[in-house]
Amino acid sequence: MKRLMAMMSAIVLATAAQAGDVMKLAVTTSFHNSGLSDVLLPEIQKDLGLEVQLLVVGTGQALKLGQAGDVDAILVHSRKAEDKFLAEGFGTHRREIMYNDFVFIGPDSDPAQISEADSAVAALQKIEAAKAPFVSRGDDSGTHKKELGLWSAADLDAGEFDGWYRAVGAGMGAALNTASGMNAYIISDRASWLNFGNKGDLALLYAGDPVLFNQYAYLPVNPDLHSHVKSDLVADLESWLVSDKAKSLIDTYKINGETLFTFNAK
Amino acid sequence: MTDLWDGISRAIWMVLSLDANLLEITLRSLQVTLTALVVASAIALPLAAFLSVRRFRLRRSVIALLNALMGLPPVVVGLVVYILLSRSGPLGVLGLLFTPTAMVIAQVIIIVPLIASIAHQSLRDLWAEYHDLLISMNVSQWQKITTLLWDARRALLTAALAGFGRAIGEVGAIMIVGGNIDNATRVLTTAIALETGKGDFALALGLGFVLIALAVLVNLAIHWLGRTEREGRW
Repeated sequence: MKRLMAMMSAIVLATAAQAGDVMKLAVTTSFHNSGLSDVLLPEIQKDLGLEVQLLVVGTGQALKLGQAGDVDAILVHSRKAEDKFLAEGFGTHRREIMYNDFVFIGPDSDPAQISEADSAVAALQKIEAAKAPFVSRGDDSGTHKKELGLWSAADLDAGEFDGWYRAVGAGMGAALNTASGMNAYIISDRASWLNFGNKGDLALLYAGDPVLFNQYAYLPVNPDLHSHVKSDLVADLESWLVSDKAKSLIDTYKINGETLFTFNAK
Repeated sequence: MTDLWDGISRAIWMVLSLDANLLEITLRSLQVTLTALVVASAIALPLAAFLSVRRFRLRRSVIALLNALMGLPPVVVGLVVYILLSRSGPLGVLGLLFTPTAMVIAQVIIIVPLIASIAHQSLRDLWAEYHDLLISMNVSQWQKITTLLWDARRALLTAALAGFGRAIGEVGAIMIVGGNIDNATRVLTTAIALETGKGDFALALGLGFVLIALAVLVNLAIHWLGRTEREGRW
């Protein structure tokens, strides 16, 4: 028994020490699932000696984390919510970094014929007309907000759909898993789709409408509200993210030969 | 079915190649859960002994409450701890959110009722046997509690192991308060949730088998170190 106690306390006391600069950045699931963060973070560590700890959440939660001061900066993609965040004084400014695009995924057989649609809105109208199963993120994320915006542009109210419309309230990967299991249509960002490992019978059916472009922006949390925010490190990271080095890393990042992100910081 | 085999072979491969990432998150899982277990036992075991030897008016209600709280939903515990530790919450100045300490706090809250309830069951039975003897020896309340705890140590080990089991496999609360940050708060269960989200079922399952093996190993080690099933009754 005494040996047991000694062993337990030894394990408990063996805590890892942390050193160097550390900041917390809330990012969206789509950014992380794309794998781009695995390329950028080691370079940031190397160039700035800065360890960026990523909190991978939906845009809704990312903004909430910034509002509460639990992170130092956020990297999200939902213009309206970002503008509101700034208007309420929770962030100092908004810096556009890069964009990728949303794509329509669905069963290979394409029962709603959306691959022949001429716009994103038309594709959604076809899905609604066919009452084909459709998985919605339903988690207040940037992707979910985009989807809801498209439904209202199509003069349809997602709140009134019946059985074929399934709001799963989950992240991109989990929602894709659900769609794969039900052979349903879903809107995904291209990066998450390309990196997704459980595609099943799903295929990319429609893409390319400019309304599907997905702008990522970097928003530092306001240090006037939260004095513990590491503004210097946040500024360092921002200048790195808009540098030429970041540009080439982002523009050349490819999965299966496809470019995912386009750098457009000014 | 192929996913299952992939998972098993992935698990074996990761263990054999001593994958650095795997080692790190496994050690963190152990560290968080064992710390939580030690803290929770330090609270729950004396509490259980106190409830056995002391008669007071609300005793039955406290016991019933502890029993009910064994089913405390982790995700709710996580949310409450999150709100308390958030920078905009009452304990925000401590800056503990998204650290292993926050995960320990959540796990302690989850397993204290479980350990206390199970420990109380065995301590109560032992107290029924010891009652007359200890009363006749006119010992103090504190001596009663320590005697009970020491003589029931094997049964208490079972209570602690039940707590360990619940904590090591827990994902809901530590995902919320830890944030699943790579190299900082990622543990086995949250890594499994992440890989499932990415659709990499083989890796997720591989991590799952490692987690199960870890739980078995820790249980065996504790039984061996505590020499259960070898000496006399206690």
